[in-house]
Amino acid sequence: MSMLSILSVGPAVSVQDLGRPGWLASGLARGGAADRRAILETAALLDLAAPVAALEMAGTGGRFRLDQPHRIALTGAPMRARLDGAPLAWNASHLIPAGAVLEIGPSEAGVYGYLSFAGGIATPVRLGARATQVPAGIGRPLRAGDGLPLAPDPAPDAPTRSLPAPDRFTGGTLRVIPGPQTALFAPETRARFYATAFRAAQGNRQGLTLTGGLFTLAEARSILSEPVTEGDIQMTGAGVPAILLAECQTIGGYPRIGTVIPADLPRAAQSAPGTVLRFKEITLAEAEAACPTEPAELAALRTEARPVAALPGDSAALLGYQLIGGAIRGDEEEEWRAGSI
Amino acid sequence: MSHADQPFAASPDILPLGLDGLLVRFARDFSDQANARALALHQALCADPPQGYLESAPALASLQLRFDCVQVDRAALESELRARLAALPEAAPRPARLWHIPAAFGDLNGPQLAETAALAGTTPEALIAEFTATELRVLALGFAPGQPYLGTLPSRWNLPRLDALTPQVPRGAITTAIGQVVLFANPSPTGWRWLGRTAFRLFAPEAETPVALAPGDALRFHAISAPELDALQDTGDPLGGARLERRG
Repeated sequence: MSMLSILSVGPAVSVQDLGRPGWLASGLARGGAADRRAILETAALLDLAAPVAALEMAGTGGRFRLDQPHRIALTGAPMRARLDGAPLAWNASHLIPAGAVLEIGPSEAGVYGYLSFAGGIATPVRLGARATQVPAGIGRPLRAGDGLPLAPDPAPDAPTRSLPAPDRFTGGTLRVIPGPQTALFAPETRARFYATAFRAAQGNRQGLTLTGGLFTLAEARSILSEPVTEGDIQMTGAGVPAILLAECQTIGGYPRIGTVIPADLPRAAQSAPGTVLRFKEITLAEAEAACPTEPAELAALRTEARPVAALPGDSAALLGYQLIGGAIRGDEEEEWRAGSI
Repeated sequence: MSHADQPFAASPDILPLGLDGLLVRFARDFSDQANARALALHQALCADPPQGYLESAPALASLQLRFDCVQVDRAALESELRARLAALPEAAPRPARLWHIPAAFGDLNGPQLAETAALAGTTPEALIAEFTATELRVLALGFAPGQPYLGTLPSRWNLPRLDALTPQVPRGAITTAIGQVVLFANPSPTGWRWLGRTAFRLFAPEAETPVALAPGDALRFHAISAPELDALQDTGDPLGGARLERRG
């Protein structure tokens, strides 16, 4: 068991995995990472048999140190990452030496960045998962001075990898399927909703409110509370739309116009204030075709993850140079920097 | 428009609720019958899960079901549910578990008791006597983990929610509106009327059984004094002096 030391940390950094399904009858939502795809990307980058618990960093990260060499992966919203001052690529895995200081700064786009460890964070499992769920009273955000146990890196010598940088941090169109209350909205209200360009307002792990219009229902106040689910777009209070995210309640009384499909939820969760979002209604059949299961999504990511040394370009060329050069002359690094490639 | 007269039992709506879920809606207004049907379907599904079933959760007048889209498609699951619904007993099963929960009412433990009693046209003492004489049932757990909606109280309890939210009720607060009761798992603002308080812990994530109550459980509150409640809080007993009676 190795230890991750939290030297300093932003206000909303917590341990997250794929959450704890199976507790809806007890009133507990699945929870887990706000951007589930980022957790799957981690498993592909670190070539793990199964996704592991990672640090979810909302807005900004912190400074971290490991007491043993360990591979990490950086996924989700791109953030400025440095290892003892040297920049580290995002959407990639890296081997971190013991004692080095890993510094992760504010996000450059999006909201939630993820710092994952090949061994996985080994905090106690609660109700089937390690995910922090603050509204439920499970765990708390990290504080400076905390230490987190890590299971051993299964293959510290494995090649580091990178994934193509996805764009899910700049808003766009979210696809929506009908839900149990869609038909309660007048056709013209629905048409206006789907014609509106919204802006992300306030967001957290429970939901994201939007500005751009109010969408009310004549009988909104008399709606009986019913089960709600992640992705539901509810009209809160005066009719302000809000997309429910990982830590939403399980039962709610606000009317809901539809449900954002799982494939587009990372894009919703990663929408920083001001991001422009639109909605498009699709059929259930279209949604099924657009949403692979998470195991299928992970399998696809594994085929996209490339060992860094095998990338066309610098690393391969360097390798070739050394092989051809045969002997160390002492000035090869300068020649390398001079831009021969 | 009221939907209470609709014959819910014949053919409840089955509607999509997320890509891997559906909602079985027995009624659009609360009724004890609709709630009993939701609970009965939940228990039938738990006892004999259909192909691809992941979990279900009964709510006030509906049931949520999540399924594995790889193992079963939505249409096949809906057919299976229709068959289950046709075979469902009409009457609610008698609760197999009855919780006895000590609670203090009024004053600091229930500052809105007097005005609630006045609104219901009775005295605080009579209101609490009626409350503690009623065997309530867990209609659903939700809003917060382990937090129950309880019902149903006699008709005089059919009171509206408060116009203005109470800024915070404490963990364990007993509140009422619309003939129902909510017991709060955590400190929370609410529009429900605050009558009393228990030391019963509804959600304990570190415990072997993190959620004490189950949908369909029966509950009786037993009035104790404020000092007695304080003493129960001080023991640290997560059950807060509650006792579980199992009935055959």
